[in-house]
Amino acid sequence: MDLKTSYMGMELKNPLVASASPLSKSIDNLRKLEDAGIAAVVMYSLFEEQLTYEKYELDHYLTEGTESFAESLSYFPHPSEFTVGPEEYLEHIYRAKKAVGVPIIGSLNAHSDGGWVTYAKQIQDAGADALELNIYFLATDPSISSLQVENVYIDTLKAIKQNVSIPVAIKIGPYFSSMANMAKRLDEAGANALVLFNRFYQPDIDLENLAVDPKVLYSTPQAMRLPLRWVAILYGKIKASLAATSGIHSSDDVIKMVMSGANVTMLCSVLLRNGIGTTSDILAGIERWMSEHEYVSIKQMQGSMSQKSCVNPEGFERANYMKALNNFKKIV
Amino acid sequence: MNNRRQVTIDGNEAAAYSAFAVNEVIAIYPITPSSPMGEWADEWYSAGHKNIWGTTPLVQEMQSEAGVAGAVHGAIQTGALTTTFTCSQGLLLMLPNMYKIAGELSSTVFHVAARSLATQALSIFGDHQDVMAARMTGFAMICSCSVQEVMDFALIAQVATLESRIPFLHFFDGFRTSHEVAKIEQLSMDDIRAMIDENHVLAHRQRRLTPDNPVIRGTAQNPDVHFQARETVNPFYQACPAMVQKAMDKFAKVTGRQYTLFQYYGDPDAQRVVVIMGSGAETCQDTVDYLNSQKQKVGILKVRLYRPFAKELFIEALPKTVKSIAVLDRTKEPGSSEPLYLDVVNALVECGQSRFEHNPKVIGGRYGISSKEFTPAMIKAVFDELAKPQAKNHFTVGINDDVSKTSLDYDENFIIEHNEGVRGIFYGLGADGTVSANKNSIKIIGENTPLFAQGYFVYDSKKSGSMTVSHLRFGPKPIHSSYLVNKANFVACHQSQFLESTDVLKGIQEGGIFLLNTPCAPEQIWERIPRSMAQTIKDKKLRFFVIDAYSVARKSGMGMRINTIMQTCFFAISGVLPKEDAIKAIKDSIKKAYGKKGEDVLKMNYDAVDNTLANLYEVKIPDQVTSRIEIDHRVPASAPEFVRRVTFEMIKGNGEMLPVSAMPCDGTFPVGTTKWEKRNIAQEIPVWDNEICIQCGKCAMVCPHSVIRIKAYDNKYLQGAPSTFKTMEAKDREWAGMKYTIQIAPEDCTGCAVCVDVCPVKNKSETKFKAINMKPQPPLREEEKKNWEFFLNIPEVDRNLVKKNAVRSSQALQPLFEFSGACAGCGETPYVKLATQLFGDRMVVANATGCSSIYGGNLPTTPYTKNNEGRGPTWSNSLFEDNAEFGLGFRLSIDKQKELACEYVKKLESVIGTQLVEEIISAQQKDEPEIFQQRQRVEILKEKLKGQSSADAKVLLSIADMLVKKSVWILGGDGWAYDIGYGGLDHVISSGRNVNILVLDTEVYSNTGGQASKSTSRSAVAKFAAGGKLTPKKDLARMAMTYGYVYVATVSMGAKDEHTLKTFLEAEAFDGPSLIIAYSHCIAHGINMTTALQNQKLAVSTGYWPLFRFNPDLIKEGKNPLILDSSAPKGFLQEFLNIENRFKMLSKTDPEAAKRLAALAQNDVNERWKIYSAMASSPEAAQNTKTSA
Repeated sequence: MDLKTSYMGMELKNPLVASASPLSKSIDNLRKLEDAGIAAVVMYSLFEEQLTYEKYELDHYLTEGTESFAESLSYFPHPSEFTVGPEEYLEHIYRAKKAVGVPIIGSLNAHSDGGWVTYAKQIQDAGADALELNIYFLATDPSISSLQVENVYIDTLKAIKQNVSIPVAIKIGPYFSSMANMAKRLDEAGANALVLFNRFYQPDIDLENLAVDPKVLYSTPQAMRLPLRWVAILYGKIKASLAATSGIHSSDDVIKMVMSGANVTMLCSVLLRNGIGTTSDILAGIERWMSEHEYVSIKQMQGSMSQKSCVNPEGFERANYMKALNNFKKIV
Repeated sequence: MNNRRQVTIDGNEAAAYSAFAVNEVIAIYPITPSSPMGEWADEWYSAGHKNIWGTTPLVQEMQSEAGVAGAVHGAIQTGALTTTFTCSQGLLLMLPNMYKIAGELSSTVFHVAARSLATQALSIFGDHQDVMAARMTGFAMICSCSVQEVMDFALIAQVATLESRIPFLHFFDGFRTSHEVAKIEQLSMDDIRAMIDENHVLAHRQRRLTPDNPVIRGTAQNPDVHFQARETVNPFYQACPAMVQKAMDKFAKVTGRQYTLFQYYGDPDAQRVVVIMGSGAETCQDTVDYLNSQKQKVGILKVRLYRPFAKELFIEALPKTVKSIAVLDRTKEPGSSEPLYLDVVNALVECGQSRFEHNPKVIGGRYGISSKEFTPAMIKAVFDELAKPQAKNHFTVGINDDVSKTSLDYDENFIIEHNEGVRGIFYGLGADGTVSANKNSIKIIGENTPLFAQGYFVYDSKKSGSMTVSHLRFGPKPIHSSYLVNKANFVACHQSQFLESTDVLKGIQEGGIFLLNTPCAPEQIWERIPRSMAQTIKDKKLRFFVIDAYSVARKSGMGMRINTIMQTCFFAISGVLPKEDAIKAIKDSIKKAYGKKGEDVLKMNYDAVDNTLANLYEVKIPDQVTSRIEIDHRVPASAPEFVRRVTFEMIKGNGEMLPVSAMPCDGTFPVGTTKWEKRNIAQEIPVWDNEICIQCGKCAMVCPHSVIRIKAYDNKYLQGAPSTFKTMEAKDREWAGMKYTIQIAPEDCTGCAVCVDVCPVKNKSETKFKAINMKPQPPLREEEKKNWEFFLNIPEVDRNLVKKNAVRSSQALQPLFEFSGACAGCGETPYVKLATQLFGDRMVVANATGCSSIYGGNLPTTPYTKNNEGRGPTWSNSLFEDNAEFGLGFRLSIDKQKELACEYVKKLESVIGTQLVEEIISAQQKDEPEIFQQRQRVEILKEKLKGQSSADAKVLLSIADMLVKKSVWILGGDGWAYDIGYGGLDHVISSGRNVNILVLDTEVYSNTGGQASKSTSRSAVAKFAAGGKLTPKKDLARMAMTYGYVYVATVSMGAKDEHTLKTFLEAEAFDGPSLIIAYSHCIAHGINMTTALQNQKLAVSTGYWPLFRFNPDLIKEGKNPLILDSSAPKGFLQEFLNIENRFKMLSKTDPEAAKRLAALAQNDVNERWKIYSAMASSPEAAQNTKTSA
């Protein structure tokens, strides 16, 4: 049985990719992921904003209270060098590449024009096989138009593509007025893959403490419906590979996504919650299903249920909702 | 032209540089102002810097200077080239070993930033009292006068000690030289190698103790030979001066700088000569030049090598023409003349008979004690005195001694500042980065231009909101002015609020430049500065520039730091460098200084430079002075006489002018003086919302400066309340029907906002508001002043109506510790305040030297105060190392006097009455009501005794107050409790005596700038542990528990305030020794001080700081004495480590070490919890402890 798939030009042994998560912070975990059968790993994200914040924070705390009182003109030693840049991240990529044989995909979230390009090049130089741009831009300023927001994505992608030679995936959220058009623009700007979709921090309110609680929740199986729809819609309409992420927890989920047109599926919550070993269970499940249903390869099923290939393409469009509603009314 | 580097460094770095290059072992311990020498050594050790032999010296922190001396002694004895750095009390602790080291003819150099000794008061400032106490040890003593000499003499001393075998004490003036930043020529490693004779190094090594060639050294000798043996060293001392001179001559060949043992400077035919050591000699040299240019014939003799004192060479160094000599000592020897004077007199008597044309007259005087300014005017006064036929001997200069009439008058207007170059005075706030900016300016000019540069910095005695004054000189000629700038051509005031109380233009010269940071627009500023300043600007034809630096800082992302901005202004308008060159130099220096912290920080500073130039304005000076503002010099009429006469002069910065008679002769001062200072340093103050307050008392509990006060009172007291005075119905049952107010002292608040952070209440309509909220102070100041005054006049709550074991009600107790100069948001002071609320009216405090002694007892004003009955904590600081013993002394004395009083009470039964005698003698005084009753009995007793004339009655009257229970508190930090004072602390708790020991544990030596102590946790970065502390924190609590009869507890107010309160009450009630170890967050942790209580919560929940009480009284009840008051560690320690820079910065300097040490630290937490939970749950524990008790 052939589970191989291709993603951004890379041949992968199966469609299971570990998406960016704290799991990849440990080389030991990377080895376990590889042993469990994962085909590629997206590393945890390098956050430029975090690095910048930490630089300011370090500067602040090294200078706060200094030169004020004769007996304590400073409170910390004065090291000649600080590792305040992405060195630790890059070193980790380098070590990861040494430790495992599966492709390592760097993940980057920058916030300055210079930051995106600089760090992208550094991640490439550290040995990453590909790069995933983890772009999110929450347009809270009412004066910024949707076009301006979209251009941020396009410009960033173009700048990076001009400066790196490794494949570049772009992970985006679903909140564009015209998702299909946006996908097309990204495709034209050179994206080697679209990763659908990013899940944002979703604030909650802590009623006891009357505080905003911005934690991330594990994805639920229902979350996969959204990427499933857009993977199915976009399949065959753009050159870029498609990666499905959010709510993929079982072998059935993987199969559905691949049938919709995904080159790969990204696993995160399920690994964090159930352990890395779940990867092998999912793989076994895929093989079992394929065997039972007499599929011989992943490529055979890829896109088979996409909008362009399925029997009822309208099922992926808005009417779907209307129909569902009608069905609901009938039941009532 | 040589190619040595020109560097701008201070004296401490200069000494450490040479010392590090020529030693193999360095033992260190922090003490001001020497600490930076050890800090440099430790940092270079951590960074792997090499000495001239290509190896990195081993640096070891010890538990005290006594420990350092022992370690140094041992290292020398076993052959390593070894050194240390110290001063003052530290040097005194080294004395016993110094005798040994010298007696054994061991080569070493101790580098000392000479400092005052604690006598009637501690002083961290510079003079020669400490080194003079070491002159009998047998150490040679060599003195540097300037930063260049410090680097040079540190090496010369090393050369000389290796050849002569006499150990050397190399000293220079604390602060004036140790902290003066100057441009000097750095010795190269080749220079140093050229100076060191390897044969002498080998000889030193060969004298080591080794089992391969065993000897015995350090025997005990009997009367038959000890004397003779002591005399064996004489030839070494006789040969030593020539060896020092030889080293100086060799040094001259290597570097071109020639020194002599006694260096004369001045007219070769001088008739009047001053003999002096240290930085004062530099000023003397300048003054001599000036006076000789005025046709006088004067000179100065600098004493370089003070011990051995080469009398013949001294005499030879004086001009034959000298008629009168003034010997200036920077020390005091009560009951005798000062040592240098005696040496000079002796030299003249023994060797000077035939040298001079006239037998010179000699007078001696004291100057510069505790960094007292020593100016050309004072030196001229000394030369003038020498010209008098009846010159005053044993004089003082620089003060007004109206008691013993020793002082010389001097003309303040005698100023000899050079006209070339720039002399600037900069007034800044500690937090605004002024000093950093000025240090940077010196570096820029010193290292990029041929100009000479000097910087000296004067700091406030408060740790929050303190004023700094920087004195900078730049000029084409070498700078010898080792005194504050007194005729500036550039004055900058970086904080406009200083204008309210300080005449910053005092001393500016005609045509000078004045730069002011102000939010006021340039066109309005003329009306907004005090009238007298405007007049000065007009009269002296000053150029006046303004900038709104805070606005520029905000725009540039710099927050509240205006250092780069004000520095740019200085370069733009002072003319010290061409403007374009200066701006480029600033940007280069920014890159150098901030580059390692990343591009963003760099860019932020570059932006600040550019924005500054666009926002700097020159004020067009109007024809008329129109301002109506006066500098506020008012002294409140209600203040006590001493405060008005003495304290206020110090507050206003006029302490220098106070005569000797104004000072108490024994160091005794009145309490409660901080309340008169009204520092107004908070930009924002808390404002109480009485609509939603739940009266939990937490805001008052945690307020580090006791500015949040609570009173419950009868409604009638509201009569006449100001219209904005807030009140609400009291909620507590005990206070039913009463009113309740939380009032803020608006002028004493530091604006830390810890109260807001801790407030648990949120406004239901707008949740960002709490029951206490920060609002700008200036618009509130006047109305809140009135409210505060009104509040103070409401009677304190009856202590009998206060449930002391509940935070909410206990906080209505009056704090008898208020408005200290501690850091804003200090983690120590809330504990101290709490103790005074609970026990203050019967509290005797022994305070170890450290932060708590500085905010507790540093003049001009002190925070311990008294209640309306005149009772309050009485406080004293002995030393750093002896505080537990000092406190035990209180206990012994009080117990003995009580015992004696009881004996006399019984003896005088017939006068006192049997019932009263029995009641007094048998009173248990277990709680406050019982103590109150005893106090009333004693009052009756005293009344009865007053009518008695018998000797016994008089004795009893003098000690009757001791019949009322006194609560002895021994306070100090972890440096004291874990390290230097541990031996004493251990002994005191073992004594079983009823003392209460409060350890304010910040896990570093906070007062001296954050050096590691044994309380520092594994993985924390601290000075002296620059690479992260490798070993775990000492478990002081568990060690104390082993006695079984000591009450031991840990507390964390931020984590559990009720537990803290309960523990304090329990510890004080325990009739025996009690030890409370209080987690105290600190600015040295690198944390957000406003939210530091949340850090405390995390420290406890992650198990970093477990809470427990070990109460031996429970043993009597058959219970396990150990109660764990916090739950098992939750989550990972890393969560806590991540929010404190002391841990986090290791991940930025050595990520691998950070991970490894964090894992070990987690293990430390887990293991400690295992041990404690086993101890607390063991059914046998009670029985075992009982047995040991």
